[in-house]
Amino acid sequence: MAQFLIRRFLLTLPVLFGITFVTFALARILPGDPCFAALGEKATAQQCEDYNERMGFNDPIMVQFVHYMGDVMQGDFGVSTKDGRTVQQIVIQRLPMTIEIAIGATIFSTTVGILLGMISAVRRNTLLDVGTMIGANIGISMPVFWLGLMLAYLFAIIFKDTPFWLPPSGRLSSGITIAPLAETFNMGELSGSWGVLVDFASHSVLFNALITGNFVVFKDAVRHLILPCIAVGTIPLAIIARMTRSSMLEVLGLDFIRTARAKGLTNNKVIFKHVMRNAMLPIVTIIGLSVGGLLSGAILTETVFALPGMGTQLLSAILSRDYAVVQAFTVIIAVIFVFVNLIVDLSYGFLDPRVRMQ
Amino acid sequence: MPSPKPLQLEPLTTEISRTPFQNALRRFRRHRSARAGMFVLGILTLAAIFAPLIAPYDPIKPLRDVKRRSSPCIYILGCPGDQSQHIFGTDGNQRDLFSRVVYGARLSLTIGVATVTFAIVIGVVLGALAGYSGGWSDNLIMRIMDVLLAFPSLILAIAIVAVLGPGLANALLAISFVSIPIYARLVRASVLQVKEQDFVSASRALGASPMGILNRHVLPNALTPLIVAATLGIASAILDAAALSFLGLGAAPPTPEWGLMLGEERNSLFNAPHLVFFPGTFIMITVLAFNLLGDGLRDALDPRLAN
Repeated sequence: MAQFLIRRFLLTLPVLFGITFVTFALARILPGDPCFAALGEKATAQQCEDYNERMGFNDPIMVQFVHYMGDVMQGDFGVSTKDGRTVQQIVIQRLPMTIEIAIGATIFSTTVGILLGMISAVRRNTLLDVGTMIGANIGISMPVFWLGLMLAYLFAIIFKDTPFWLPPSGRLSSGITIAPLAETFNMGELSGSWGVLVDFASHSVLFNALITGNFVVFKDAVRHLILPCIAVGTIPLAIIARMTRSSMLEVLGLDFIRTARAKGLTNNKVIFKHVMRNAMLPIVTIIGLSVGGLLSGAILTETVFALPGMGTQLLSAILSRDYAVVQAFTVIIAVIFVFVNLIVDLSYGFLDPRVRMQ
Repeated sequence: MPSPKPLQLEPLTTEISRTPFQNALRRFRRHRSARAGMFVLGILTLAAIFAPLIAPYDPIKPLRDVKRRSSPCIYILGCPGDQSQHIFGTDGNQRDLFSRVVYGARLSLTIGVATVTFAIVIGVVLGALAGYSGGWSDNLIMRIMDVLLAFPSLILAIAIVAVLGPGLANALLAISFVSIPIYARLVRASVLQVKEQDFVSASRALGASPMGILNRHVLPNALTPLIVAATLGIASAILDAAALSFLGLGAAPPTPEWGLMLGEERNSLFNAPHLVFFPGTFIMITVLAFNLLGDGLRDALDPRLAN
């Protein structure tokens, strides 16, 4: 097992290398002189020369790439040209929001998706099955941002003054705030990795509120997350439901299922112990792959619901030509995607012992 | 617990001999969702071609004597006769939304087909090259494709647009670029499948050139998965292009692009929901039609995959 884990991990290293290379290359083929982008159009030749020397733009391209790789591995993504903060600070502040949406949407899409797919497969060709599959087809064809807007309209306007009302934008209602963890627990000025970690955790409002037992904030944050998570999770939900159905139908037709039924097992036992265990691999694969769509969806949905996450930041960075931020966010999202799929691959080993032996 | 099926004997039939193509066509015609997809796409294509005849107003010029963002007004549904008819209402620049949506079909269908065509051409070349030559060039090309696939496609497209600068042409280029690996992988796989077979060796022995073998034997074998992937690819290209335009990174105003129309009016959602509802609905219908068609084509062309 350990060997399987290590080998699988080593295989991702070239991909991680490739990701940093692509983002590095993208930043280098930028039209225009990076000096003018950073110092403004009025920079003199001497200022540019100094700037290029300081930033290492005069070095050979491979040397620049090695420096860049080294910086990225230490979490140093440079400085935002727009507001002078380090990109690391921006990421610490923005990433927790996006992760909250992504996790919420994953929970929603996998639980509902697998459940619907199972019902469809067991009740094959009934009205329920046909309805679910038509719904799934519509689900995968919907633009995320449109669904988000429609949900906002439905729950904020049509359900106004009913218990179903949900806030259409923002992360917390106005007037509700939460203190950083370092302040709540009197940790003083933390520095280094610990400081980064605590800071990161405080910016996850859900985590912060949960750990400090602040349930007013927690409830408010959850209410603000419901609509974005449904919007982001709908496409993966549809994909997962379809995959669950077809994967289960395939297993249901196999001989050992007939044997299981013949020896008198209850229907539930057959479905959960025999069918689901064998149908799980493709389902887990598709869950891992849909994380990519989920992260893109989170970026689109944040702009719809005005949430302070990576997406809204990325967009304003693009419009203000703040490339350090764009580059860093692209690397981080791609690395998250790769690692989720690594975890998925590793889970094969647990789900199916045959994979471990290969 | 379903009861066991009673034993049924297949009725004895004699097969009328059909070519594989005729068989595929029969399966396709019987496929209900494929028919639905074809039907919707037919209507959308007609709407796109005859947009100037269908659209009652100019899609770009603001109208006079019309209120901004007025709700849909349809005569047969009781719209007063002294008002002009706008079945989808008007937008923030006093334009007829229905006319804009009709012209939008033109743009979206073109976008979908154009980006996928471009991606397929490059993908076929790269995939064929990788599969046919093998060795280090195969390794190099496919590792690059792996890296491109490691990015969530829309994120990479956004990053590319960030570098090239916002605009419809750049957005399309980015969307094409990020979908190249799908087609390259497909073609490479079918090249590897066919390359070692006897009939290919035979034609090589008869002196066929590599290009000839590629055209005569390899590509026809790759055609089925390519057609299916292309149809589904058009669906996701339309979605991605709409998303980029929605974010303001694609088509620029006043282009009647569905994603852009939605993005421009998203702040008036609460007082003029029709401006968000209609363009989005049409994106969904178009994408759904391509998805259904793709599913139908897969089932018809490759009966092994059908369940």
